[in-house]
Amino acid sequence: MSNVLSLTTFLPILGVLLLLFIPKDSKSVLRNVTLAVTLVNFLISLTILSGFQTNAEFQFIENMPWIAAGPFVMRYNIGIDGISLWLVILTTFIMPIAVLSTYTAVEEKVKEYMICLLLLETGMLGAFISLDLFLFYIFWEVMLIPMYFMIGIWGGKNKIYAAVKFFIYTMVGSLLMLVALIFLYFKGMEAGITDFGLLQFFSLKLDMATQIWLFLAFAFAFAIKVPMFPLHTWLPDAHTEAPTAGSVILAAVLLKMGTYGYVRFAMPLFPDAAHKFAPMIATLAVIGIIYAALVAMVQEDVKKLVAYSSVAHLGFVMLGVFAFNTEGITGGMLQMLNHGISTGALFLIVGFIYERRHTRLITDFGGLSKQMPVFATIFMIVTFSSIGLPGTNGFVGEFLILIGAFESQLRWWTVVATSGVILSAVYMLWVFQRVMFGELDNPKNQKLLDLNAREIAIMVPLIVMIFVMGLYPKPFIDKMEPAINKLVSQMRVAPVNAQVIPVGLPAGHPAMEAPAAGPTMMPAGHPAVAPSSDVNTEKTVNPHEAK
Amino acid sequence: MFDNVWLIPLFPLIGFLINGFFGKKIKNEAVIGGIGTLMIFMSFIVSCGILMQMIGLPPEQRVFEKVLFPWIHSGNFKADMAFLVDPLSAVMIMVVTGVGSLIHLYSIGYMHGEEGFYRFFAYLNLFCMSMLLLVLGNNMLVMFIGWEGVGLCSYLLIGYYFHKKSAGDAAKKAFVMNRVGDFGFLIGLFTLYWWFGSNHNIWTINFTEIKAASHLLPYGGVVTVATLCFFVGATGKSAQIPLFTWLPDAMEGPTPVSALIHAATMVTAGVYMIGRMSFVFIKSPDTMMVVAVIGAATAIFAATIGTAQNDIKRVLAYSTVSQLGFMFLAMGVGAFWAGIFHLMTHAFFKACMFLGSGSVIHSMHHALHKGHLHDDAQDMRNMGGLRKVMPITFITFFVSTLAIAGIFPFSGFFSKDEILWKAFSNPYHGSLNIILWGTGAIAACFTAFYMFRLVFMTFFGECRINSKVKEYLHESPLTITIPLMVLGVLATFGGFLGMPKVMGALPNYLEHWLDPVFELATEYGAKYAHAGGHESHALEWGLMGLSITIAVVGIMIALTLYVKNTGAPAKFVATFPALHRAVYNKWYVDELYDFIFVNPCKAFGQFLWKGFDVVVVDGVVNGVANVVMGFSGIFRYMQSGYIYNYAFSMVLGVVVILGYYIFK
Repeated sequence: MSNVLSLTTFLPILGVLLLLFIPKDSKSVLRNVTLAVTLVNFLISLTILSGFQTNAEFQFIENMPWIAAGPFVMRYNIGIDGISLWLVILTTFIMPIAVLSTYTAVEEKVKEYMICLLLLETGMLGAFISLDLFLFYIFWEVMLIPMYFMIGIWGGKNKIYAAVKFFIYTMVGSLLMLVALIFLYFKGMEAGITDFGLLQFFSLKLDMATQIWLFLAFAFAFAIKVPMFPLHTWLPDAHTEAPTAGSVILAAVLLKMGTYGYVRFAMPLFPDAAHKFAPMIATLAVIGIIYAALVAMVQEDVKKLVAYSSVAHLGFVMLGVFAFNTEGITGGMLQMLNHGISTGALFLIVGFIYERRHTRLITDFGGLSKQMPVFATIFMIVTFSSIGLPGTNGFVGEFLILIGAFESQLRWWTVVATSGVILSAVYMLWVFQRVMFGELDNPKNQKLLDLNAREIAIMVPLIVMIFVMGLYPKPFIDKMEPAINKLVSQMRVAPVNAQVIPVGLPAGHPAMEAPAAGPTMMPAGHPAVAPSSDVNTEKTVNPHEAK
Repeated sequence: MFDNVWLIPLFPLIGFLINGFFGKKIKNEAVIGGIGTLMIFMSFIVSCGILMQMIGLPPEQRVFEKVLFPWIHSGNFKADMAFLVDPLSAVMIMVVTGVGSLIHLYSIGYMHGEEGFYRFFAYLNLFCMSMLLLVLGNNMLVMFIGWEGVGLCSYLLIGYYFHKKSAGDAAKKAFVMNRVGDFGFLIGLFTLYWWFGSNHNIWTINFTEIKAASHLLPYGGVVTVATLCFFVGATGKSAQIPLFTWLPDAMEGPTPVSALIHAATMVTAGVYMIGRMSFVFIKSPDTMMVVAVIGAATAIFAATIGTAQNDIKRVLAYSTVSQLGFMFLAMGVGAFWAGIFHLMTHAFFKACMFLGSGSVIHSMHHALHKGHLHDDAQDMRNMGGLRKVMPITFITFFVSTLAIAGIFPFSGFFSKDEILWKAFSNPYHGSLNIILWGTGAIAACFTAFYMFRLVFMTFFGECRINSKVKEYLHESPLTITIPLMVLGVLATFGGFLGMPKVMGALPNYLEHWLDPVFELATEYGAKYAHAGGHESHALEWGLMGLSITIAVVGIMIALTLYVKNTGAPAKFVATFPALHRAVYNKWYVDELYDFIFVNPCKAFGQFLWKGFDVVVVDGVVNGVANVVMGFSGIFRYMQSGYIYNYAFSMVLGVVVILGYYIFK
C-alpha cells in the first residue's frame, strides 16, 4: 500500500512489457490488454483517492537514493497533495477512455500505438507525483517522445510538420527550464541544500534578480506547454494532426502540465517574481481568452476550433491561478479537471464523426441531429459544459476563477475575461448549429450511423462527471483546498499583504506555523532520508512568512 | 409546507428525466403529455399550499429559507443550493406553476402529431424547473443557475424545429444575446461581493444577508456600477433596449413556448431580479433613472414596430417587449409592486393571447394543409372573419386585448394605470416624470392601436384565406380552449387584486402582500425623494380617465383603418414608403448590430487567424527554423569529404593569418 503511487506510475510500463510478448497481428488482444492495464490502473488510483487524508501535507511519499553524481544528488522522491491528487486521478480516468476510442480508429501498427499510450501514461503520472526537481524533468521529457511518435506516425496529412513543431517548441522551453533548474540547484547548495528535493527549495530565499531570471525560464517552458498566447501556435497543428486518442490525452492531461508547473514550481519557488509578473501573465491569459475565442469562431475545421477553444480555456486557468487567492486557484484547478473532461469529450466527438466521414470540415456537415439523435444529445451536453452553463462542471471552475480574480489585483483583467463567456457561446453554438442543425442535405450524411455501444460507453463516464462536478463539486474542492490554502500562504510574501489574516485556514493549522516545506512531510524514521531531513530541519525554520 | 419548497422544482425535474430518457420509448402522446402536465401541476399544488400557509402568518414572519446542500464553498466564497420563500417568490411560483400548468395542458393538443413530442415536453418541464430555481434561489448563484437554465431551455425550444435554418439562427441569437446580459449579471455580482467583502468583511451573495447589510451600501458610486451591470443582465433576459432583438426572432419556436417562455415567465426574470434586489437598486438614483428611461423608451420603440408587422406572433412579440418596458418603467420609478403586478396581469393576458394566436395558427395550418396550400398560416393578411368559426378563441382573445389596451375593468387597466400614475407622481425623478408619463401614455395608445389592428385583421371582416379551404377552419379542441378560458377569466378579473386606493371598492391586496419585500427600498428611497409629489385624488382620477381615453383613441384609429376604411393603410404606406419600410424592418436594428458587432468580429477573427497566427507567430517560428536550415545548408558544403577542399581551406587560412601579421 505504501508503494501505491509507484505502482500506479509504473504499471503501464509493466503493461508495455506484457505487450511485447503479444504478436502484433492479434490486434484485439493488444487493445484489450492495454485497456485492462489502464482500467486496473484507474482502480489502483482510486485507492489513492480513498486513502488520501484531507490535509495540506504531501502523502504516499516514497523517498530513496537514485543518482549521486558528484555534486548532483537526485533522489526518487515522490508524493502527492490535494493539488496533484486530482490530476493523477484525471490521468488514470482519461486513459481507458482514450484507449477505448482507438479500437476502430487505429488499424495500423496497433502494438506500437498501444506501447506509446502506456509510456505516455507513465510519463504523465510521473510528472505529477515527482517531488524531486530532476525526476520531474525526466518525466517531463519522457512524455514528449511517445506523443511525438503518435503525431508523427498515426497523424493526418501534415503530421511530420506538426510533430516536429510540437517537439521543438516544447524542447526549447524544457531546455531553458533545465538550465534554470541546474542554476537553482547551485543556489540551493550555497544555502546547504543537498539534493533536488523540491520541498527544500520552497524555503530558499532568493534575491529578486535571481528569482526573476529563474521564474522567466520556468514560466517560458510552462507557457509553451499551457499554451499561452503567443506561444500557442503548435497546439492547433498538433491537435489537428494527432489521432483522436492523442488529441484527447494532449488536451486532457498534457496541457495541464503547463498550468500544474506554475502551481507546483514556478509560483511557490519564486513567489516575489510571480507577483511581479502576475499582471503580465494575466494580460497574456486574457489576450489568450479573447484571441483564441475570436480565432475559434472563424475556423473551418471542427478539430481546429476545439483546439483554439482549449487555448481560451487554459487562459481562464492561468488567470485564476495568478489571482493568488483560494477561490482563484481552486477555480483554476477545477478548470484544469473540467477542461480535461469537456475538451477531451469534444475531441472524442470530433473523432466519432471523422471516423464516419473522414472529414472535419464544418461545411461538410449539417442536420446531423436528425440522423444521430444520441450523438446530438451528447454533443449538446458537452457543448454546454464547454460554454460553462451552470449545473455543468465548466461553470463552477470558471465562476471561481472569475470571482477570485476579481477579488485580487486583477479586477480589470477579470472584466475583460468575463466577456469571454459571450464569445465561447458564440463559437460553440455556431459550430453546433452548423454541424447538427439545418437540413440533412448532404447525401453522405444521410447514411450516418448513430453512436454504437462502445462509443456510448466511452462518453457516459465523461457525461456523468460533467454533471457530478457541476452539481456537487464539494468533494473535489474539499480535498484540494488545504493544499491550495498552503500555496496561498506560501505566495503571501509581499509585506503589503502581511497583515491579511489567512482566512480559510483553521487556527493552529500546521501551514500557519511552518507554511513552507518542513520535515513533517518526510516519513518519520525512514532510514534513507533521516540524515538529509535533519539538515532540512535546520534550514527550513526560516520560511517566507517569517519575513 | 414551507419545508417542502424543494418539491416545487423537483417535480418538473422528474418529468424532464422521465420524458427525456424514456419518452422516445413511451411514444403514447397522452402519457407523455400527461406526465409533463401532472408534474408541473403538482408543483402548482405545493405552491398553493405554501401560499396558504403564508397567508396564515403575520407579515413579518413570511420569510423562510431552506438549504438543500452545500454547492460551491471555496475560501471566503459560499453558495448553497438553497431556496428563499417570501411574498415575492410566492407570487412568482404561483404565476409560473399556474400559467405553466395551463400551457402544458394546451401543448398536449397543440403539439399533437409533432415529431419529437416527448422532446418538447421534456424541455418544457426542464424550463419550468429552471424558472422555479430562478425565482426561489436564496442567493444570486442559484438564481443564476435558473437564469442560464431558462436561457438554455429557450435555446432548445426556439430551435425545436432545428431543420429550419431560421430556427437555428434564432436560437443561437437568443442564447448569445442572453449571454451578453449574463456578462453584466456576473460583473454586478462580482462587484457587490467584492465591495461587501473587502470593505466590511461580509463575503456573501445571499439575498437575505445582503438585505440585512444593505444599510452599509453607499448611495450611488459602487452601487451604481453594480446595479447598472445587473440591469444589463435584465435587458438581455427581458429583451429591453439594446438587447431586445432576439425576442421577436424567438417566435420561431412552437407557440406554447412563446406563451410560456417569451411572454409569461422567462422574459419577466429581469423584472423579478430588480424586485428581488430592490433595496440595492433604490440606493442608486442614477440606475433608477436609467431603468425608468430604458423601460419607457423600449415601451414606445417596440410599440411602433408592432404597428407594421403582419405575422400575428411577431405583433405579439413586439407587444411583449413593449409591455416589459412598462414593467421596467415601474421598477425605475420605485413602484416595485406595480411592476410585479403588471408582470402578473401580463402573464395572464399575454399568455392568453399567445395561446389564442396558437389556436388560430393551428386552425389555419390545418385548413391550409387540407387544401394543399402553402400560404403562411401566421400571416394576418391571410386571416379575417375568424370570430365566427372560432368563438371561444375570439372571446378570450378579445377580453385579453381589452386588458392589454387598458380598458376598465380588465386586469391590464389596473396594472398599467398604476404604472403610469407612479411614473407621473413618483418622488424620485423630478421633472423627468412628465416625460416618463407622456412616453408611457403614447406607448399605451400605440398598444391599443396595434392590438386592435391585430384583432380586426384576424377576427373581423371577411375571411381572406383561399375559399377552397375555408370550410376546413374550425374551433380548436378542448385541451386548447380550456386553458384559453381559464386565462381569459384571469385576464378579466386579475386586476382586482391590486385595485387603487382611490377607488376604494376593494383593498389593494397585492400591494399589502408585497409590502414586507419592498418596504426597505421605500425607506432607502425616502433619503433622496423630494417632498410633496402630486398625491391629489382628483389628479389620479383625471389621469385615469385620460389613459382610458387614450386607449379608446387607439382603438378608434384601428377601427377606422382596418374595419371601416380598409384602403387607408395601403394609402398611408404609399404616401410614406420610407417610414413604413423602416418600421416594418424593425428600424434596421438587426442590420445595425450586424454592421457594428457581428461582421467586424468575424473579420477580426479571420485577421487574427490568417494574419496574426499564421503569418506573424508562425512566421517567426518557421522563420527561425528556416534560418537554421539555411545556415546548415551552407555549412553543409564545408563538410564535403573531399581532401582538396579541406586542403584549400587550410591554405586559405594560412594566407589570411600570414597576411594579418604582414600588413599589421
